[in-house]
Amino acid sequence: MSEALLEVSHLKKYFPVTEGLLNRTVGHVKAVDDISLTLQPGETFGLVGESGSGKSTVGRTILRLTEKTAGEVKFKGVDIHSLSPAELRLLRPRMQLIFQDPYSALNPRVRVGDAIGEALLDHGLCTKHEVRELVLESLAACGLSSYHIDRFPHEFSGGQRQRIGIARALILNPDLIIADEPVSALDVSIQAQIINLFSKLQQSKGLAYLFISHDLSVVEHLCSRIGVMYLGSMVETAARDELFHNPLHPYTKALLSAVPVPVPRLKRERIVLKGDIPSPANPPSGCKFHTRCPFAVEVCKAENPVFRDAGGGHFIACHLA
Amino acid sequence: MTVDSRLAGLREPQVQRQKSSLFRQSLKRLMKNKLAVAGFGVVVFMFALCFIGPFFSPYADNKINMAMMNKAPSLQHLLGTDALGRDILTRVMQAGRISLTVGLASMVLSVFIGALLGAVAGYYRGIADQIIMRIADLLMTIPGLPLLFIFGALLSEWKVPTDYRMYIVMLMLSIVNWPGLARMVRGQMLSLREREFMQAAVVLGLRDSRKLFHHLLPNVVPLLIVMATLNIGGAILSESVLSFFGLGVMPPTPTWGNMIDAANNMIDFQDHPWLWIPPGLSIFATVIAINIFGDGLRDVLDPKQKR
Ligand SMILES: Nc1ncnc2c1ncn2[C@@H]1O[C@H](COP(=O)(O)OP(=O)(O)OP(=O)(O)O)[C@@H](O)[C@H]1O
Ligand code: SF4
Ligand SMILES: [Mg+2]
Repeated sequence: MSEALLEVSHLKKYFPVTEGLLNRTVGHVKAVDDISLTLQPGETFGLVGESGSGKSTVGRTILRLTEKTAGEVKFKGVDIHSLSPAELRLLRPRMQLIFQDPYSALNPRVRVGDAIGEALLDHGLCTKHEVRELVLESLAACGLSSYHIDRFPHEFSGGQRQRIGIARALILNPDLIIADEPVSALDVSIQAQIINLFSKLQQSKGLAYLFISHDLSVVEHLCSRIGVMYLGSMVETAARDELFHNPLHPYTKALLSAVPVPVPRLKRERIVLKGDIPSPANPPSGCKFHTRCPFAVEVCKAENPVFRDAGGGHFIACHLA
Repeated sequence: MTVDSRLAGLREPQVQRQKSSLFRQSLKRLMKNKLAVAGFGVVVFMFALCFIGPFFSPYADNKINMAMMNKAPSLQHLLGTDALGRDILTRVMQAGRISLTVGLASMVLSVFIGALLGAVAGYYRGIADQIIMRIADLLMTIPGLPLLFIFGALLSEWKVPTDYRMYIVMLMLSIVNWPGLARMVRGQMLSLREREFMQAAVVLGLRDSRKLFHHLLPNVVPLLIVMATLNIGGAILSESVLSFFGLGVMPPTPTWGNMIDAANNMIDFQDHPWLWIPPGLSIFATVIAINIFGDGLRDVLDPKQKR
């Protein structure tokens, strides 16, 4: 196998919970608790989980927008978290992030053309004369018009802004784009357009995506592998078709049973989860899912199931499966 | 086809309009605020009067004329004369030069210090933030006017030459005014840092200088303009108060404040109102006009009111 583009192993990110005047640390929010994943060049990995399961934190920690607590992130074999700020800055253009909220991701006082082109100039990747041409190219690739270049972000719709964000990332020719719920703030009709744009760009540029979503049906089109997160931990990872047709983890089954089935004869048992997602500051003992799992047995409360290979690259953390 | 060509005609001006800069959009909205425009007009008038007016006055040499002491307004002396027989109108204009200059210069200085220190504190945080903000807090806990009085009294005690006092008063006003500006800029910086577009700037690997000058400061500038405008008014007022009490700029250098001081006894106050009404009205009109204009600017520029 060729060298992996991104290799995340046993990544942890704990946020301290402080209390009182002296900011005493009284505990930790285990936002990311032992996540491992591998991404090959040109591949798309879908990261799925409920709100608060730590998906964004995974993305932000990979990009070192926050410092990790433990574990390792290797991008093209380079340990991201061991780089000096100057070294990290040089690597930045290679891995980009698309934000969930297209409204706050663009500076209201920076013209669209400048927002897209400035990183190229700042990194010395092109000259002042070339930049306009490259920006226009990037705008066109993302389905925007050339006259948009001089406008300000407030003159655009949500979908258009998301396209601007994509153009801004794309112009740097990255190897990896982390897309943090890029469509969840958009109308359903616009969602499909943006997802199509993602898949078109992947084919033409050979991009790898880490595609974050709380909705399995959104990642279905795009992703070759999918990982399901629950309370900061990965509970199941498998190739897309394997995951959709042969889910092993009760949580994945529950998520899938909520997705409308395109082929009616693939009847799924409907699993309705009881209760809310527990607080990551005070997660349940043993298997974190046991408070809501319909199949939970005694051992689930006491022992944390190991994340193991169930054969054929299908990984799962459950005592029963 | 026909529809397309008709639409093309419609589309063109729209593109033109939307190309207009944020500055021009703001200006357009400001023009709609009649009160603010009037305020701006008064300010411009006062500046023109004070800086150009004296050139047309036959009394610009300020010669003492004992024959014309404390004369009431007449055709010869439109606003009357003072205790030394000098033309009040000319004096008011000359005093305005000093008062407006002191106000403007101290504003520029305090905005410069405040913005710089506030930006450093908010952007770099840590120890720089601690030191800068503790000094600012210290200056802010003492009310401004008493602090200025103490400074002014010290100046008199140290027998600072009257020629220099004007510059020292500018400095004093800046020292009293920068902490508020610094605190405001710092607060803006802190909240901007958390915005997602600044996270995007990190992911793009932009340089610190670009983050600071292209992303953070442009978002602070509108509020800074508003604060700076209001600051001029405040500085003119403080200078007048100080000079009125003989602690600011001292005669013979005229300012509106020390001109009013000339009418500091009951006889002059009641019998010679032309001694104090013209400089008093000048202060009043200028400060009110600046504040109205500043409030209008705030309505247009304050990001909190904008979507
Ligand atoms: N800076 C922070 N400080 C403290 N706690 C944080 C911080 N960022 C995230 N958390 C906590 O970490 C947990 C995971 O947050 P995260 O934003 O990664 O979830 P998510 O899966 O992206 O959810 P969503 O779908 O709502 O975006 C949450 O409980 C959140 O409160
Ligand atoms: S380990 Fe137990 S509680 Fe956890 S998912 Fe499996 S069956 Fe459910
Ligand atoms: Mg999120």
